[in-house]
Amino acid sequence: MSLISDDIHRLAKLARIDITPAETARMLKELNNIFSMVETLQAVDTAGLEPLCHPIAIVQKMQLRLRADVVTEVEHREANMVNAPQQENGLFLVPKVLE
Amino acid sequence: MSATPIGWEVVIGLETHTQLSCASKIFSGSPTTFGAAPNTQASVVDLALPGTLPVLNRDAVEKAIMFGLAVGGTIAPYSVFARKNYFYPDLPKGYQISQFEWPVVVGGKVAIVLDGVEKTVQLTRAHLEEDAGKSLHEGLETMGVSGIDLNRAGTPLLEIVTEPDMRSAAEAVAYAKALHGLVTWLGICDGNMQEGSFRCDANVSVRPTGQKEYGTRCEIKNVNSFRFLERAIEYEIRRQIELIEDGGRVVQETRLYDADRDETRSMRSKEDAMDYRYFPDPDLLPLVIDAAWIERVKSAMPELPAVMSKRFISEHHLSSYDAHLLTASKATSTYFINMVATGVSAKTVTKWINGEIANFLNREGIAIDDPQMPSKHLMMRLMASEARGEITFASARNLFRSWCEQLDQQLIKLGEAIGQEIEQSQWQRYLDEKGLRSVSDISTIEKIVDEVLAANPKSVEEFKSGKEKAFQSLVGQVMKASKGKANPAQANEILKKKLST
Repeated sequence: MSLISDDIHRLAKLARIDITPAETARMLKELNNIFSMVETLQAVDTAGLEPLCHPIAIVQKMQLRLRADVVTEVEHREANMVNAPQQENGLFLVPKVLE
Repeated sequence: MSATPIGWEVVIGLETHTQLSCASKIFSGSPTTFGAAPNTQASVVDLALPGTLPVLNRDAVEKAIMFGLAVGGTIAPYSVFARKNYFYPDLPKGYQISQFEWPVVVGGKVAIVLDGVEKTVQLTRAHLEEDAGKSLHEGLETMGVSGIDLNRAGTPLLEIVTEPDMRSAAEAVAYAKALHGLVTWLGICDGNMQEGSFRCDANVSVRPTGQKEYGTRCEIKNVNSFRFLERAIEYEIRRQIELIEDGGRVVQETRLYDADRDETRSMRSKEDAMDYRYFPDPDLLPLVIDAAWIERVKSAMPELPAVMSKRFISEHHLSSYDAHLLTASKATSTYFINMVATGVSAKTVTKWINGEIANFLNREGIAIDDPQMPSKHLMMRLMASEARGEITFASARNLFRSWCEQLDQQLIKLGEAIGQEIEQSQWQRYLDEKGLRSVSDISTIEKIVDEVLAANPKSVEEFKSGKEKAFQSLVGQVMKASKGKANPAQANEILKKKLST
């Protein structure tokens, strides 16, 4: 399977990236290279194997760390919002969201 | 409620976001309290500041396990968190942490009862995920901006997905109510729909009866009450059928329910439909749940509604229908148990809860533990007096209704007090003052019967010529003449005797 430039446009749109025709051509080539590598990987028969959901799991047996349901965070609104370009009444202001 | 037009079949599946009742968020130690000042409960993790990492809340997992056990689903020994990618200002990371291919609960079922018929709704899955923040527009219109409050971002959710098993809006509502009853029963969700703790999205499609393939579906979002869920689905069914009958075609899209206009409208169509590009979140290892953990959760679970229902049937000889209604919610079953513990017979309590009380609650759209309900002490006195025959059912019902409408000033004086205990002597005085005591004195009833017979010669004539209906009408007249206070059994007997002589 290989990509066409329409795929690149769609992915760019989903990622909110504006790309020029020259960039599109370059990315098409690069992504298709990655795709062919994935195809090589996919040729390996993995039937009957447990899916590997995290690379660390190959190295050692590990499981997700969990925390107790306890409130540990205190309010830091002022510090947290210090870099917000625009704010009012404790709200971050952003360009109008249209429904 | 409108019926589906003949020739059409409706197919509905529901996705419900239940907010898990955890003190802290699913991946951070921020509080989850509702209604705090904007952004005061958003920590660096919730704000997605660089260098922060999520750590899963154990309690959220246990609540998911509890749900899985309660619906008879499979608790995945191994489940995986995935990133659901999309851009929206209230989603600071640019992705929502959810579960995709390997959810924590697989399968399960929920039993519903509609018009006395039991049906099972199959669940597809239930998965853990984080909530997004909130976008606010009010008061900011003139500035051309939206406000973002991230207090809700990271709130623990369990999304429960059904198979497309429901065939009418009424069935979908019955399922939503049953699910609501179950999650609040388990104590894993507070069920508060106004605050968004229990939100339903409905996938609705229609197809000509007999067609095997499903029609194109639309997803309705933004429904925050059972009443709106029913209306939104019914509107959508009508819209889709009319569209197809007019030669049009349903477009797969997300539609928003507008309660003010009672209609659904397009939110986003498939053209720019989301492609979420899910992939396993590298920040989180797979969640491993072993049998011992499941056992521990199981042993801490409350008695399930279905089990309690069976117990009510065997202990109190109730019908399965009554027992099902009594165990529809934790609050209802607790009410029943407490009332029976005061000594009122289970039969009387059941009759009240599933009759007059249910009517009142349905009309008001409230639960039995709502403060609008007359106090338990009052209800206990009322049911006990009715069961003992001190007041007739008709009087008891009128009294209850006047309490519900809070028309009874005397009661307010008596209760000074609603919610406090009422002495038996106080209660008896109240009944006397209201003149509600039932009349079972034979001579008094005989006098009333004589008057009624004299005033209704036509009914007497009809009865004597064999019309049974006339008898009922005479009984009604006697009850009316006694202001509902005559003992109905005695009134019946005396009337029968007088008519046969």
